[in-house]
Amino acid sequence: MAHSYTPGLTVTDRTTVRRRRVLPLPGKVLVQVGHRVRSEQPVARAELPGKVYPVNLANQLSIAPDEIKEYLVKREGDTVERDEILAENKPFIKWFKTEIRSPVSGTIESISPVTGQVLLREPPKVLELSAYVDGVIVEVIPEQGVVVEADCSLVQGIFGIGGEARGEIVVAVSGHDEPLTPQHLTSAMKGKVVIGGSFLPAETMARAKELGVTGLVVGGIHDKDLRALLGYDLGVAITGGERVGFTMILTEGFGTIPMAMKTFKLLSSHAGRQASISGATQIRAGVIRPEIIIPQSGKTSGEAPLRPPHEGIQIGDPVRIIRDPLFGRIGEVSALPPDLTKIPTESDVRVLEVKFPDGSRTVIPRTNIEVIEGAWS
Amino acid sequence: MTVASANGSSGHHNPLNVIVATDCGSTTTKAILIEKIGNEYRQTYRGEAPTTVEAPFEDVTRGVLNAIAEIEELSGRKILDGETIITPNRASEGDAKTGVDIYISTSSAGGGLQMMVTGVVQNMTGESAQRAALGAGAIVIDVLASNDGRLPHEKIDRIRSMRPDMILMSGGTDGGAMTHVIEMADYVAAAEPRPRFGVTYKLPLIFAGNKDAQPQVKKILGEKTALVVTDNIRPVLEKENLGPARNKIHDLFLEHVMQQAPGYKKLIDMAGAPIMPTPAAVGVIMETIAKRNRLNLIGVDIGGATTDVFSVFGGIFNRTVSANLGMSYSISNVLAEAGLPNIMRWVPFTIDEQTLRNRIKNKMIRPTTIPQTLDELQIEHAIAREALRLALLHHTSLATGLKGVQQERTISDVFEQQTSGKTLIDMLTLNLIVGSGGILSHAPRRIQSMLMMVDAYEPVGSTMLAVDSIFMMPHLGVLSTINEQAATDVFVRDCMVYLGTCIAPRGRGAQGEACIEYDLTFPDGRTISDRMTFGELRLYPLASGDRATIALRPAKHYDVGSGAGVPLSQSVEGGVAGLLIDCRGRPLQLPEEQNARVAALKKWYHAVDLYPGS
Repeated sequence: MAHSYTPGLTVTDRTTVRRRRVLPLPGKVLVQVGHRVRSEQPVARAELPGKVYPVNLANQLSIAPDEIKEYLVKREGDTVERDEILAENKPFIKWFKTEIRSPVSGTIESISPVTGQVLLREPPKVLELSAYVDGVIVEVIPEQGVVVEADCSLVQGIFGIGGEARGEIVVAVSGHDEPLTPQHLTSAMKGKVVIGGSFLPAETMARAKELGVTGLVVGGIHDKDLRALLGYDLGVAITGGERVGFTMILTEGFGTIPMAMKTFKLLSSHAGRQASISGATQIRAGVIRPEIIIPQSGKTSGEAPLRPPHEGIQIGDPVRIIRDPLFGRIGEVSALPPDLTKIPTESDVRVLEVKFPDGSRTVIPRTNIEVIEGAWS
Repeated sequence: MTVASANGSSGHHNPLNVIVATDCGSTTTKAILIEKIGNEYRQTYRGEAPTTVEAPFEDVTRGVLNAIAEIEELSGRKILDGETIITPNRASEGDAKTGVDIYISTSSAGGGLQMMVTGVVQNMTGESAQRAALGAGAIVIDVLASNDGRLPHEKIDRIRSMRPDMILMSGGTDGGAMTHVIEMADYVAAAEPRPRFGVTYKLPLIFAGNKDAQPQVKKILGEKTALVVTDNIRPVLEKENLGPARNKIHDLFLEHVMQQAPGYKKLIDMAGAPIMPTPAAVGVIMETIAKRNRLNLIGVDIGGATTDVFSVFGGIFNRTVSANLGMSYSISNVLAEAGLPNIMRWVPFTIDEQTLRNRIKNKMIRPTTIPQTLDELQIEHAIAREALRLALLHHTSLATGLKGVQQERTISDVFEQQTSGKTLIDMLTLNLIVGSGGILSHAPRRIQSMLMMVDAYEPVGSTMLAVDSIFMMPHLGVLSTINEQAATDVFVRDCMVYLGTCIAPRGRGAQGEACIEYDLTFPDGRTISDRMTFGELRLYPLASGDRATIALRPAKHYDVGSGAGVPLSQSVEGGVAGLLIDCRGRPLQLPEEQNARVAALKKWYHAVDLYPGS
């Protein structure tokens, strides 16, 4: 199993991240390689094509589609104001005159003599893409975007909802295993990223929304509370566009699960610092995990290098058990038996032994743990 | 033996004695080694590794190399030289344990191929376009049609927001009206659709509609999309012509879409033959089985993200891909679609809703985990039954005759109220159910796979069931395109595991009332005469290849295939699980009251020794 690979989440105090910031359609890049940027600073801009409104002139004028050009007041590419006349007929008797007015302001995109339709397009919307993290531009992708590099602390969560945000880190609980209750939240937490412990109940979510908290980072939640928050049952883990009032990041999973001590300590050590967060999760190709990025000033990357990920799992690695019956327990790998082992389901699988802080040991299928990735030390 | 031309791209003309094949699934990358032993090809070793489209790798080839590395360790054959696959095999140089002759692969990683299709009339050209896309192994994320009830701006918004990998446009018979076809082209152009991956490349769009509309469509969409024009998929109302559009979908998938997914460019370079989408490869194998043995067949491949269903009835092949019905990434969607009570009805113990919901969500966010305890396994098997059931419902609704076609009727049809577009799936004429995919192929006991399929599909009369031994149908599907003998040898010897026959009378009654009487004669001449009451399930050992005869005498309102209450004698084939006689009723109905349901499940599971201690 020299090449065994186990996906893991990174929790590290010092690393260098690169974030690719790409527009959804070609536009203009506003910065150059070497520029130092702030997280909220726009780095690229594009114009999103406006909404399209079809108007069936042939029907409204009761003419054949190929005749519409004779009735048009405007031509393809012309700009129109709302209620401006697009087309009209010219009857002998003025009373029978029909005028077709534009339902929107915009331009005439196309006129079809086959369908008798005119497509109107509203003015484009300007879309600005921010740097997301404080850092340096290391690459410009012409017309598309940039790559920002940042020396930072990084915590990857397992699941989140809500988009990118920024705020000061506030630790609301006294321990990694303490649930985040509504009483922990105060009005001073408006616009901040609040760190909780083991669990986030529905009442706390409601209170956070009321207070205008920017982000919530906790160990776990109940699925039923997520369903109530979203208003629907989440079928696949593709998130990031939700508008629930805050960005939420789970570090462990669903249920009441204490946040890993390493994660809690790291976040606590950065209380008062500004963080960039994103709840976007996509557990498919080009996987995206939610993250908390805290810029490091004055430190250089490489002080504590990340272990090359392809080395595979090794004895001594810190791991989290990610399946019942010991879901959420954290320990370290104490043995890697090479042979297939029969587990209670009668499946023969590759296993490993995990030693817990209290000295007890258990045997777990290798696929049911994840390495808590981070600095070697 | 030389490699037949795959489609010209492999360029290999060496003897094929050692083959390594992978299937990059959405969760796991599976690798198998096939070796020529004597005159026969056999599957010898297998390996697997998590699919590595995730950070930190975001490169599918890493998972492929890891899976092949497992084969190296198990077989002692050196296949990799760093990150390169050693080809050809070096036996001729006196080094029999180094290298392989070809590496081939299938893939459904990256969420598969997501397509949007358009037609003029929803249940005519819209549905034909859907069948063409599904047949090519795509996931159809929406069907737009002129009469789909949506307003024009809603259609445009939908195209903009869905971000498909590819669009297939159909509509109109050749020489027919063009207005609606052009209208739809206008909407697509106005939406300026953007692909999921890559900002700069143009969205592949296939036009397979009214040929007279081609010049107009080229004018409208030629600049805005990577437009490909092909033959009309419905040239006349009475005929579907899906082949050309399907071929174009495959070509464009390889040329455009796969190139954008993480690491695929490298994978394409590594492979000695074109990479096939997994559902397309499994379809090739399913269709071959059915046609070779002249069977009516339903096949299923239940994966992590999707469940693909295949059927061949009366020689007509159909395939559907149910996106978001799967056992890992999409497991939570099975819960959302089936509803909790439908899942819980298969679980032989009580569990509170919150715990179950959290467990299912945890599997969704950590999709590569496996059940470690028996109750976790039973929950996954319950979810699998619902995923299989829902995917078959989806398939049944699409595997139909052509709609909107005037049917020729004879005097004998006068009293039959048949409509066009009737489903082709007829469970009474079904001969074989074939299951594939992790949950079916890797079930610790084969009877578990058999009962999952029986519970989900509710076969009636007499039906054979089989399972892909270790999930290698995709590999064999792609292999069959380059070396049919190798694919056939391995399929027969190592892949297909016959589970046995299920006999199930159609009809329902009260618990405990008489259902059937039977005389069962085994190959050694031993005969058992017995009776079963409604609600009973029974399993007789009957080995693979063995045939028994059974004389069935159903009670008056039960039908075993010849009509209600009509006796039937038939020969039945065995398998690794045996002969299952299922008197639980069709349609299958479980007790509604919780304690009675749990008791019934325990009784059935015990009757077939489904789980340890059951």
